[in-house]
Amino acid sequence: MPALPDSPPVLRVAGVAKAFPGVQAIRTADLAVLPGEIHALVGENGAGKSTLIKVVTGAHRPDRGAVEIAGRPVRIRDPRDALAAGVAAIYQEFNLVPALTARENLFLGREPRRRLDAGTERRRARELFERLGVAIDPDALVRDLPVAHQQLVEIARALLAEARLLIMDEPTAALTPREVETLFGILNDLRAHGIGILFISHRLNEVFRHADRVSVMRDGVTLGTWPVGELTREALIERMVGRPLDQEFPKQRAPLGAERLTVRNLRGGRVREATFAVRAGEVLGIAGLVGAGRTDLVRLVFGADRPEGGEILLDGAPVTIRSPRDAIRRGICLLTEDRAQQGLVLGLSARENFALPNLGHWSRASWIAERRERTAFLRYVESLNIRVAGPEQAARHLSGGNQQKLLVARWLESDSRVVIFDEPTRGIDVGAKVEMYLLINDLAARGKAIVMISSEMPEILGMSDRILVLHDGRITGEVTDVATATQERVLELAVR
Amino acid sequence: MSGFSRFLSQYGMLFVLLLLCAFFSLATLRPQHPAGADAARALEPAILAATAPGGTHAGAAVLIAARAGETDARFARELARRLAARGRPPAAVVTGDPAALREALAPFGAGADTVAVAPAGRVLVATLEAAAPIVRGVLSAFPALAQAPVLTPPAHRWPTFLLPDNLRNVANQIAVIAILAIGMTMVIVTGGIDLSVGSLIALAAVVIAGLIGHLGGAAATTGGVVLAGAAAVVICGGIGAFSGLMITRFAIPPFIATLGMMQVASGIAYILSKGVPIYRVPDGIVSLGRGTDPLLGLPYAVLLMAGLYLLAHLLMSRTTLGRYIYAVGGNPEAARLAGVRVKAVQMFVYVICAALAGLGGVIMASQLKSGAPTYGLMYELYVIAAVVVGGTSLSGGEGRILGTLIGAFTIAVIQNGMNLTNVESYTQKVVLGGVILGAVLLDRMKHRGLERRRGGH
Repeated sequence: MPALPDSPPVLRVAGVAKAFPGVQAIRTADLAVLPGEIHALVGENGAGKSTLIKVVTGAHRPDRGAVEIAGRPVRIRDPRDALAAGVAAIYQEFNLVPALTARENLFLGREPRRRLDAGTERRRARELFERLGVAIDPDALVRDLPVAHQQLVEIARALLAEARLLIMDEPTAALTPREVETLFGILNDLRAHGIGILFISHRLNEVFRHADRVSVMRDGVTLGTWPVGELTREALIERMVGRPLDQEFPKQRAPLGAERLTVRNLRGGRVREATFAVRAGEVLGIAGLVGAGRTDLVRLVFGADRPEGGEILLDGAPVTIRSPRDAIRRGICLLTEDRAQQGLVLGLSARENFALPNLGHWSRASWIAERRERTAFLRYVESLNIRVAGPEQAARHLSGGNQQKLLVARWLESDSRVVIFDEPTRGIDVGAKVEMYLLINDLAARGKAIVMISSEMPEILGMSDRILVLHDGRITGEVTDVATATQERVLELAVR
Repeated sequence: MSGFSRFLSQYGMLFVLLLLCAFFSLATLRPQHPAGADAARALEPAILAATAPGGTHAGAAVLIAARAGETDARFARELARRLAARGRPPAAVVTGDPAALREALAPFGAGADTVAVAPAGRVLVATLEAAAPIVRGVLSAFPALAQAPVLTPPAHRWPTFLLPDNLRNVANQIAVIAILAIGMTMVIVTGGIDLSVGSLIALAAVVIAGLIGHLGGAAATTGGVVLAGAAAVVICGGIGAFSGLMITRFAIPPFIATLGMMQVASGIAYILSKGVPIYRVPDGIVSLGRGTDPLLGLPYAVLLMAGLYLLAHLLMSRTTLGRYIYAVGGNPEAARLAGVRVKAVQMFVYVICAALAGLGGVIMASQLKSGAPTYGLMYELYVIAAVVVGGTSLSGGEGRILGTLIGAFTIAVIQNGMNLTNVESYTQKVVLGGVILGAVLLDRMKHRGLERRRGGH
C-alpha cells in the first residue's frame, strides 16, 4: 500500500556500478523504494545484493551512478551520515555493544549536546519498545537478550533516529517462525507510518507473504521490480536463476530396505529422549523450531557430543560411538549446518578437505600417495559436477553449493551408510539447491539412510519420505503421509 | 593459482634472503689475501717469473718465511713443494714467532760471505700478506737483508660475506635456532605457541653436562656422552608432553601453559646446576657442535639441521600426520568432526617441539663445551621470529617448514652482514625488529590482496 502517490521514493538508486579488483560486483543497478512499502530484494549468492546495500549505506563508494534519499542526492560516507540522512541498516551481525544495556545502545553515538539524562533516556526507550509492542527491559545487557530482541533494539534505534528507510539483510535468518511473525507485524506497523523497508531474503515464503514488491538481482544487474501478486513462486525463481526451473523439489522415492540406523532413548544436551529408526533408502526429515534440539540430536548420533544415555544400532547391531572418529569408521557421517565453522578447513584446498577423513584410502604407513588422492578427488568432481578451478583451489573460495557438494563427495568416499544433513541447502543458491536434492535422491537410491534437518518447510515436505517433529528435546510427532501433509500441520506439532 | 605464483607466495621470502645476500656481498667486497695452500698456489707463478733468467731477480735465492700456526705452515710447506717440483727449491724455509724467525735468518743476514747459495742482495723473501709486516721487521735487523724484496700472494677482490669460512659460520650460528624453529613451526601451524623452548635449551645443556659429571666428568666415554644427550632430549620431550597435557586436557591456552613451563624449566636448570656453569665434560663433546665433516667441511650441527629439515618437510607435506597438523590449525572443530584426533595431534607437536629444543640445548652444550642455566635466554623470541619471517601465520593453519629455514637464515644473514659491515649491536636490534615487522606486514598485505580480489558481494 504505497502511501501518497506523489511523494518521492525514500530511496532511488540509478545506474549504480561497483567493481572490486577482479570482480564486477554490480554492473548496473536501478531500484526505488517507496515510502510505506515493504520491498524485498532477492537473488542468488554473488548476485550483488549485499554490495548494493553497502553502496546505499556508504560502506562502498559507487564507481558511477547516483543514490537519492527522499528525492535528494546524498553522499554517504559512514553509518552516521546514513543515519543523518534517514537511512538505518541492520545487518546479520548486529551493530550493538553486547556489554552495554539496551538503553545505552539505543542512545550510543548521539551528539553529546543532545545527550539526555538516564531517566529521560529510559522513558524514551520504554516508549519506543512499547511502540514496537515488545517488553524489553531498557536496563538489560544486550548480550543477555535473545537474538530477536537484539534485532528489535536495532529497529528501535532506527525509530529513534527517525529513519525513513530501514534496510535489513536477511532479518529472519536467526529467528524462530514465531519471532518472524512478530517481526513482520512490527514492519507492517512501520510501513503504515510511511517508512520504506528494504529487506534481503533467501526465503521466498517470506517474500510472498510479507513483501509488497520484489526486486530481483542476477549477476550484478537489477532485472526489475514487480508487485508480488503479479508473480508466481516459479516465475520468481526463474528470474533469479535465469532459466526455467523444472521442479523445485525433484523428489524420487527409493525402495526402502531394512532399518539402517536405530536410536533408542538417546539423551544429552537439549535432547531429553529420542527413539527413532531410519531405513535404507529412506529420507527422514526432522522438523522443529530453532532450539528444539534437532542439531543436538544428530550431534549425539554422530559422537560430536557425549550422550547421557541411550542406545544406537547400526544395521541391527549395537554400536558404541564415543567420537566423530568412531562414527565415521562405522559409516555415519554428518554434514553440519555451518560449513565454514564445522564442515571445512577453509584454508586447505578442496582436495585436502575432501581427503581429510579418507587419507587411509590412499596412504601406506601414513605416507600419502598424492597422485591417487588427486585422481580419487577428480572422479568426484566429475560425477558430482563440483565446480572448482582445480583440486588445489582453497575451500574458502568455493560457493556454498560447491562446498556442500565437496562435503558430500568426502562422505561418499568414506563409504557412509547413514548420511545426516543439517540444513543441507542453507546459504545455497536456488539453482544449486535442486542439484543438492538430486544428490539426496541419488544417495537414497544407493541404499543409504538419510536424516535431514531443515527449517525450510517446503524443503522438508518436498524431500522427506517421513517427518519427525521435535519440540523441547522430545519427538512430539511423526508425519508419514508427507505427500498430503501441510506446513500448518507440521508447525502445529512443532509448537505443542 | 598457477604453480609459479604459488611458489612465489610460499617462498617469496627466499627472494628477500637472496637479495640480502647480494646486498651484503656488495657491501663487503674488499681485497682478500689468500692463506694456506691457496696462497702458495697464487704466489708460485710470481716467484718463478722473478727468479727465471731475465726476470727481475734472476737467480735469486728464495727464502720462505712464515709465522707460527697451521695455515701459515701449510703455506710454507706447499710453496716449498711446488718450487722444488719446478726445479727451484727454496734456499730455506723459516717458520715461527719473530724471535724464531730472527734466529733462523741470522745465517743469511750475517754477511755476503756466509751465504752459501746466493750473494747478498740476491735473496727473495716469500711470505703471506698478513705476515709481511713482521717479516719485514725481522729482515730490517740484518743490513744484508734489509733491502731484500718481499713477495706476497696477489690479492683479489671478493666479498668477505661470501668467504666459505663466513658462510659456514653463518650456518653454524643459526643451527640451534633453526632446529628449534622446526618444532615451533609445527606448534604454530596447529594454532599454538611454545614459549618454553629457550628455557629447555638451558635445561638440556645442564642435564647433559650434569649427567656427564656423574658418568666420569672429563673422562666420560663417548657412550656416556651420548646417553646423557639422549636423556636430556627425552626429559625435554617429557616437559613438552606436560605442556601438551595442560593444553589438551585442561584447555589452558598454549601461551599461558608454556609461559609457566618456561619458568619451571628455567628454574629446574638453575636448581640442577646450582646456578653455575658445568665445565667438567670430555673434549670429545665438541665434535657435534664444532666438528666438521671431512667431505664438505660442514659442521655436524649444520648437517644435522639439514637432515631434520628434510624429515620435517616430508612429514608436513607428505604424511597423514602433517595433513592433520594443518587441519587442526585451520579449524580444530571441523577437523574433529572429520575424524581427526585433534588432541593427539596437539600433543605430538608440543612433544616434538620440546624434544627439538632439548636437542638444541645438547648442541649448544657441545658448541660451548659446557652447560649453564643461562643458555638459550630469549631464544624463544628468535625462534618465533624465524617462523614468522618464514611466512607461517600465528593464527595457525598455514606455514611451510622450508619457509622457516629461509626465515632462520634471513635472521642469521642480517646479523652476520651487519657484523661484517660494523653496524653497532644496538642498531642491529632495531634493524632485526624492523625486519620481523616488515615480514609480517608483507604477509598481511598478501592476504589482504587475496581478500580484496574475492570482493565483497
